[in-house]
Amino acid sequence: MTTDVVDPTAQRSRRGRSVQKPRRGQTHRSAVAFFAAPFGVLFLLFYLVPIGYAVWQSLLVVERDGTYGAPQEVFGWFAQYALVLQNAPFWESVLRVLLFGVVQVPVMLGLALLFALLLDSPVLKGRKFFRLAFFAPYAVPGVIAAIMWGFLYSPNLSPFTDVTRAIDFLSPELVLWSIANVVTWVFVGYNMLIIYSALLAIPSEVYEAARLDGAGQIRIAWSIKIPMVAPAIVLTAIFSIIGTLQLLAEPQVFRSFSSAVSSTFTPNMTVYATNSIPNINLAAAFSVVLALATFVLSFTFLKITQRKAD
Amino acid sequence: MSFLTRTKGATADDLVTGKGPKEGILSRGAALLIMCVFTLYFLVPIWWLFIASTKDRGQLLTTPSLWFADFNLFNNIKDLLDYNDGIYVRWLGNSLLYAGVGAVLATILASMCGYALAKYSFRGRELLFNVVLGGVLVPATALALPLFLLFSQVNLTNTIWAVLLPSIVSPFGVYLSRIYAASSVPDELIEAARLDGAGEVRTFFTVSIRLMVPALVTVFLFQFVTIWNNFFLPLIMLRSQELFPVTYGLYTWNTQLNQIPELRTYVLVGSLLSIIPLIIAFLLLQRFWRGGLGAGSVK
Repeated sequence: MTTDVVDPTAQRSRRGRSVQKPRRGQTHRSAVAFFAAPFGVLFLLFYLVPIGYAVWQSLLVVERDGTYGAPQEVFGWFAQYALVLQNAPFWESVLRVLLFGVVQVPVMLGLALLFALLLDSPVLKGRKFFRLAFFAPYAVPGVIAAIMWGFLYSPNLSPFTDVTRAIDFLSPELVLWSIANVVTWVFVGYNMLIIYSALLAIPSEVYEAARLDGAGQIRIAWSIKIPMVAPAIVLTAIFSIIGTLQLLAEPQVFRSFSSAVSSTFTPNMTVYATNSIPNINLAAAFSVVLALATFVLSFTFLKITQRKAD
Repeated sequence: MSFLTRTKGATADDLVTGKGPKEGILSRGAALLIMCVFTLYFLVPIWWLFIASTKDRGQLLTTPSLWFADFNLFNNIKDLLDYNDGIYVRWLGNSLLYAGVGAVLATILASMCGYALAKYSFRGRELLFNVVLGGVLVPATALALPLFLLFSQVNLTNTIWAVLLPSIVSPFGVYLSRIYAASSVPDELIEAARLDGAGEVRTFFTVSIRLMVPALVTVFLFQFVTIWNNFFLPLIMLRSQELFPVTYGLYTWNTQLNQIPELRTYVLVGSLLSIIPLIIAFLLLQRFWRGGLGAGSVK
């Protein structure tokens, strides 16, 4: 366990992408099977089969013979999806998390980028301390962070009672942004570290020409560093988009602190509430729509940013 | 703490000597001010949690929130551990089991698959990789519900397996392992091992895997945190509180605060204790995993 940390990027730039050339005349079929099969089988069982099963369930409807007959599942084409379309609380929750994401993700990633650039800049002292302090909240699970902030927001328990009595953080108008603050608090440091790692991978020669041209630190950050860490920012953005649409633990905890958080506050809470009614088929249809939306959003984002980079 | 002492070899620091007069005391001060203000933002809530955990129920509301009153932390911990036949210890153990075992198995499986994708050329390789990559984008919560339906058909809901089994699949781990294996395990080394007569499997477990340590640690930590923080899966799968992970257990206590107010101290102290294992894991493993962290983002 004393291996030195190897910088992956330095090696990659030297070795290029030609590492994976096929070796002619040599097949290692059994080795490939040994290495890939265990993961492949479990991936099939716990990813592909459930997705297929959710799609199947979402196409069924429950019918009864008369009013008191036994319920029976029959194939109903897109009947559940028609119900999804008509379900106002679901679409309200989708709009809510989209609004949440449009504000929270840029704020969080902007801060993460700012902190990463400051950590990487020569004007800052004590960067090791700051790196650790900013990353510490990531060790706090979402549920715990929400419980903690829930107390901090509460008018009676908060250490900042003057503030919490003047501003009701748990009111219907503000509770969404209070939750956004919890998510930001947990994840800024994590995203900062990803961007910072990418900054560390930039070879210092890159800066020399700019410095000879008289560029200052801010100019170097804007024209060299940010473009070079763009792929890292894209990665953090995609994970944040997925995270936003999955929002569940934090708002679920906030139901204990604020009556403004309904049981259908976010799409995932709607899925959970529908599943517990129970209306399994409709819940499956919600899940499928949600998974598709996540997939399309993150994929579109990836494509747009790639086109810009070209 | 070796993580703290690592500095990069060549940074913008080297250029300090050439900086212009504009970047003097002013920008130094501004940078420091920004970082200090946000340090408060990040650390004050944790500090508050620690202070609150040291107080008894009466003093929680009557004494200043950000400083000590009578130091009752150890009494509080003892009460927490005794409450309800020590259910809290059970929860903590469950979390360690789910996250520890799950992450170890996930890391082994993902690194093997990533290595195969990076180092062997076989039919369907790109297809497999693209399907796995698509798996990274599938929200885990979208899987939880169909998994629940499938598990209920084989009577596995409300068992350890319902949480553990889905946790050992990490598509992101495969993605990271592939990128890392491609860049850090030289083909020449594998060829040399072959010439020495080592089999493929032996080469992987004795040679290649050592070069992949930073990636392995990253995958392990990433998966450990994911499982530790997972909320939807336990919420939907588990009914018996003996099986709850600690986060879900604390959540259920938090929902009962209105009926049972004395739970408040337990929620606070329990939250504080539950953070410690993750902090220890990060501190112990940081020097390894930071090396692997950038690997996924640069491509």
